[in-house]
Amino acid sequence: MNLDFSNDQKFLQEEARKFLEKENSINRNRGVLDSGHNTDTELWNKIVDLGWTGIRIPEEYGGLGLTHLELCVIAEELGRFLAPVPFSSSVYLFTEAIIKYASEDIKQDILPKLISGEVIGTLAVTEEFCAPTAANIKTEVSNNLISGKKIAVPDAGIATHSIIVTKSDAGISLQLINHSLDEVVVTHQENIDESRGHFSITLDKAPCTLVGDASNGWDLFESLMDQAAVLFSFEQLGGSQASLDMAVGYAKERYAFGRPIGSFQAIKHKLADMYIALTLAKSNCYYAAWALTSDSSDLPTAAATARVSSTKAYQFCSKENIQTHGGNGFTWEYDCHMFYRRSKLLSVNIGSLGKWKEKLVSSLEQSNKN
Amino acid sequence: MDFNDSPEQAEFRKTCRKWLEGNAELNSGASREDSFGSSKHLEAAKQWQKKKYAAGWAMLHWPKSYGGIEASPIERIIWSEEESKFNVPRGIYEIGLGMCGPVMMQYASEDQKSRFLPPMAEGKEIWCQLFSEPSAGSDVAGLRSKAVQDGDKWIVNGQKVWTSGAQFCDYGILVVRHDANLDKHKGMTFFFVDMKSPGIEVKPIKQITGGSSFNEVYFNDVVIPDSQRLGEIGDGWKVAITTLMNERLAVGDASGADVEDAFRWAKNQDDSGEPLINNKAARDSIADWYCEANGLKNTKLRTMSALSKGETPGPEASITKVVSANKLQNIGNFGIDSLDMAGMLKSEDPDIKNFQGSWLGAPGLRIAGGTDEILRNIIAERVLGLPQDQRADKGVAFKDIPTGNS
Repeated sequence: MNLDFSNDQKFLQEEARKFLEKENSINRNRGVLDSGHNTDTELWNKIVDLGWTGIRIPEEYGGLGLTHLELCVIAEELGRFLAPVPFSSSVYLFTEAIIKYASEDIKQDILPKLISGEVIGTLAVTEEFCAPTAANIKTEVSNNLISGKKIAVPDAGIATHSIIVTKSDAGISLQLINHSLDEVVVTHQENIDESRGHFSITLDKAPCTLVGDASNGWDLFESLMDQAAVLFSFEQLGGSQASLDMAVGYAKERYAFGRPIGSFQAIKHKLADMYIALTLAKSNCYYAAWALTSDSSDLPTAAATARVSSTKAYQFCSKENIQTHGGNGFTWEYDCHMFYRRSKLLSVNIGSLGKWKEKLVSSLEQSNKN
Repeated sequence: MDFNDSPEQAEFRKTCRKWLEGNAELNSGASREDSFGSSKHLEAAKQWQKKKYAAGWAMLHWPKSYGGIEASPIERIIWSEEESKFNVPRGIYEIGLGMCGPVMMQYASEDQKSRFLPPMAEGKEIWCQLFSEPSAGSDVAGLRSKAVQDGDKWIVNGQKVWTSGAQFCDYGILVVRHDANLDKHKGMTFFFVDMKSPGIEVKPIKQITGGSSFNEVYFNDVVIPDSQRLGEIGDGWKVAITTLMNERLAVGDASGADVEDAFRWAKNQDDSGEPLINNKAARDSIADWYCEANGLKNTKLRTMSALSKGETPGPEASITKVVSANKLQNIGNFGIDSLDMAGMLKSEDPDIKNFQGSWLGAPGLRIAGGTDEILRNIIAERVLGLPQDQRADKGVAFKDIPTGNS
């Protein structure tokens, strides 16, 4: 029985924590929000130098060839320190899609560049102000040329490439495009967490390369979402823990009515509830990490369970952290709002709470049939 | 990460399993639970405990001299995992063995341990815990039952309440106030008492569920020899706290309706011409309960992982009762509501029985062994390190603490 990370993995996590602390990652996040730059390129370059973008890339392409577990512990720290970098888009989604589905030629070309930082990727699926489904994808591919418009694509401004979810007569497919082409126009769209910019991508007969099968791309997309959900969950876990730690710290120091506010049961019970939500999420994340690394058939259920628990935990912890801080929590000056924003970004990226609850129950129905 | 036993653990599990298979029946799904404390249930529980004791399983972590096999914490968990797969009588010995045993082990004399621990483990003598009082619930230290020293004995007067199993217990552990002029937490002393002593009167309490698992216990000039004092005079609170810590470990997961029951039920239950599982609100709730149920299960696995490596587990298990008792109540509620008006009717259907029983029993579980509120205080203070509440009962002689009655 060992539902825990190894000592090496814990060491890696410790190093990641020290690094992001030393780099003052939370302050960098504030800097990005204030400047409107949408990403901290200096921090990103340092992360690339540390080799984190190549953690899961096999050694034959120059990567570290490690497992998802190493990625999980890094994700938790990136979440804890609000790192304003395109890690989730480029690593959990784009890199994983290339590793999982791309042809050998593409892997040879792209994977080494993801390690060196020459390529940064993202995934574009949404087209309207509603959840994307296989039925409402309109962006069309024909003769290896894409036309259409994607919106709310995270980190597309700094990204050099995208995986685009498209449709054709054959069905849904995933297509790789290069942002430097004239037929690709990336435009900034204002969003409620500008530390991670969102963009539209307009494609006018843009040349593309098929990634994976030409007809069952939606299944590939869903399967990619299942594994990404585990990684997002760990990032959400880190943010939940940071929000709880902030709230606990403030409740011990802030005095009202002649005593620390943390001595009032109204505050204690709120913080205990945050701890409960966080602990449930953490345990479900650990199980999902196991399911992901061991190719368990339980992955869809385990991933959805981790995702729902972590989304609930981060949303709860970040909003109640503001509440615990009172008026100060509502100011731009205190960090609370940055966690609140990031909790929302991470919870709607790859699909919101309702969608993942539905996936969870559907997966229970599915595994019950078999 | 893996879910495998180490070779030694696998071997131990096999030994447990083999013995259980030879001595009990596997759970069949159909529950044949006799009503708690009935003579039939009591007799079955005694028989089972005796069998376990003879084979060393009764208190397997105890020293061999008291009937144990000196098992490690992880072996204890493996045993209880295996035992839980079998249909065996439960609920009679948890308090005695889980709470009274450790206190006796820590504070009783060598002679007393040799006299009392083996029959306790064997189940020949059943023990109960006498802490709560009508005016001392969450605030156990507010207890006012009185002990007056008289030479080498004490005379006890007062009333205890919520004492599980007192109606069939042979001995009990007892905390009482020996000096109301001292501070609240300093004026208490701890004893064990023969429940057959003259002057002890046990009155069962009828509960919401209709059953009576706990009692009022009256003490009228009950004589307790000073040799049955556990700890020093005035150490009563310290000893009681040791016991309560053990209680929080003993009271864990709620038994009763869980998410699997709700899910299975929803697939078959009609909801305006459609299966209930197609109802959005039902799906939303089932997703939440699944996350809670598995969050607890995986939390337990994390605790076991630490024990398995010989490490001290983190405080994560402290969330268990708050989460499971509330989940139980909500799932019971869901099952009854799904029947609409007919949800009021008693039925022989095992699912309906389970939902109604869970819904009626859950309020008790949210209170017993620390209320939801007290457990949140404990998480806040012990796990998160928040400061204690400001109190009106510190540094004041017990007799001067406001009670609202005077």
